[in-house]
Amino acid sequence: MKQKFNILESTCVPLRQENIDTDQIIPARFLKATTRDERYFGENLFRDWRYRADGTPDPSFVLNDPHYGGDILVAGRNFGSGSSREHAAWALAGYGFKVVISSFFADIHKQNELNNFVLPVVVSEDFLQELFDTVAADPSARVRVDVPAQTVTSLATGRSEHFELNAYKKYCLLNALDDIDYLVLQQDKIESFEKSREHAL
Amino acid sequence: MNTLFDKIWDAHVVQHVDGGPDQLYVDRLYCHEVTSPQAFDGLRDRGLRPLRPGRIFCMPDHNTPTHDQDKPIADPVSKAQVDALARNAAEFGLTHYGMMDPRNGIIHVVGPESGLSLPGMTIVCGDSHTSTHGAVGAVAFGIGTSEVEMVLASQCILQPKPRTMRIRIEGTPGPCVTAKDLALYLMQQLTTSGATGYFVEYAGSAVRGLSMEGRLTLCNLSIEMGARGGMVAPDEVTFAYLKDKEFAPKGADWDRALAFWRTLRSGEDAVFDKEYSFDAADIAPMITYGTNPGMGMPIDGTIPADASPKALQYMGFQSGERLLGKPVDYVFLGACTNGRIEDFRAFASVAKGRKKAPGVEAWLVPGSWEVQRQIVAEGLDQMLAEAGFAIRQPGCSACLAMNDDKIPSGKYCISTSNRNFEGRQGPGARTLLASPLVAAAAAVTGVISDPRTL
Repeated sequence: MKQKFNILESTCVPLRQENIDTDQIIPARFLKATTRDERYFGENLFRDWRYRADGTPDPSFVLNDPHYGGDILVAGRNFGSGSSREHAAWALAGYGFKVVISSFFADIHKQNELNNFVLPVVVSEDFLQELFDTVAADPSARVRVDVPAQTVTSLATGRSEHFELNAYKKYCLLNALDDIDYLVLQQDKIESFEKSREHAL
Repeated sequence: MNTLFDKIWDAHVVQHVDGGPDQLYVDRLYCHEVTSPQAFDGLRDRGLRPLRPGRIFCMPDHNTPTHDQDKPIADPVSKAQVDALARNAAEFGLTHYGMMDPRNGIIHVVGPESGLSLPGMTIVCGDSHTSTHGAVGAVAFGIGTSEVEMVLASQCILQPKPRTMRIRIEGTPGPCVTAKDLALYLMQQLTTSGATGYFVEYAGSAVRGLSMEGRLTLCNLSIEMGARGGMVAPDEVTFAYLKDKEFAPKGADWDRALAFWRTLRSGEDAVFDKEYSFDAADIAPMITYGTNPGMGMPIDGTIPADASPKALQYMGFQSGERLLGKPVDYVFLGACTNGRIEDFRAFASVAKGRKKAPGVEAWLVPGSWEVQRQIVAEGLDQMLAEAGFAIRQPGCSACLAMNDDKIPSGKYCISTSNRNFEGRQGPGARTLLASPLVAAAAAVTGVISDPRTL
């Protein structure tokens, strides 16, 4: 939810798999809620990987591995493909993730994360693989995400990369403002735009 | 520069936000019941009302059962979601086509067939398959729930402008090669992330040669290559399709619109950020073997040696195997991908004079009541009944199994829908994506079959 975002330092949960689609992040049967209860979605994050058919936790899945924890999810390339369901972003936020690091994000999901103050951080494939290796070797390894400087740093190795974040979204994250706050202030511009195209459909 | 996409996008930019995205004006917002309730709640929490209610159209489709729609929905959770949409639409004065309304159906089928989606428009919906509407020559894309709330509140959305891609498919497709096969082929060639960050314009003689239904199928699947959307420049096929549709302009307005629509094409000097070109002759009827839509192959091919072991384990297949001849448990015809009249004609053309194979459960689900009426008008329901197939009531159905149309764990389903992700059609369900012709061939033989050799 709306919260100021500045500098975050945390251990990571490594999910070393590519093309994780939003049906895996939150299966469709959990989309029936009519409220935005992030805790409910968080409890069902990666539901079918996290729990076996009988409802018991699958110990081989990383979220059930007590060695790993933290505010940062590190995932393989093309994270969040498929369905536009924002429930996937709510599930990540509800579980407690504040940052997702990957080498590539699907468009709609990336926007959904940003709109929920979960920061998608795109790093090079090489850096991503190094992060996976570092965290696998030492689950207590920490990563620092600096929004004002737009840098992500592996504190274990000192390697750092710059990440993209447009100036507008950065301002929103730093100040806990969202797009709707901005848009409702633009009504004059919207109305003059509508007048300028009255001939159109 | 000077692409069809640029022309439409640029004509809808209210302003460029400093250091950020464009504020884009939205001509149509479609709302379904799954991704809208939290947006309406948000609106209420902020004390806002929709800025332009006349541009917003709502209909339930994901949760609707495909039988007994005249009775209350049995699943209380599904019912609550469908009821919430009706309540929100009433509270905020929005058009709502509820269950059993003759205009209800899958939102991406209803939009084009009713003339709500028109060339040159910007169209959004909290659903990734909103790309479908691009087939009429519109800029249409899926958005998240926060963005639905944005559009409700301001009729605008803040969006970074995507890059542009043109995909040409030239030539004449071979026998039994449909729009679905073109799309599955593109996904296999480009992968599920090959077009991420791009808006695609489909061009070339094979695309021009598609019917409107075929173009809707092709654009529908753009998101499965990661694309924000897909579009086809409007032409005589588009205009003939839209003429006399309920919400299409009439009389002098039609003539004026038509003159404008004829200008909607990429310039000769258009520059795309990326271009691909394919030969339709290289494309066979396709089928998927894995757990994302890019894991496809020609129906008579063998599973590639480098196929993902995790995907094959889930599907119960092995590298090097052929799929032809493997038994099928379920067949699903429908969804916003292949739930239109042409898809039912194709399925019926195979089923005609044959019988449904024993042991195959077949769900034939029209995309809308309008499609259902066309099926009856053309006598396809009779023909299909003689072959042992029943037509169900419209909705998204087994595409994502939010209603009770779920494929049981471990069962194989030849599906004309859009995603074969793990668990998509129900926990443990094994989905093979294919065209209506391939689906019909499996339905009458009970095994994966090549419709060209039936």
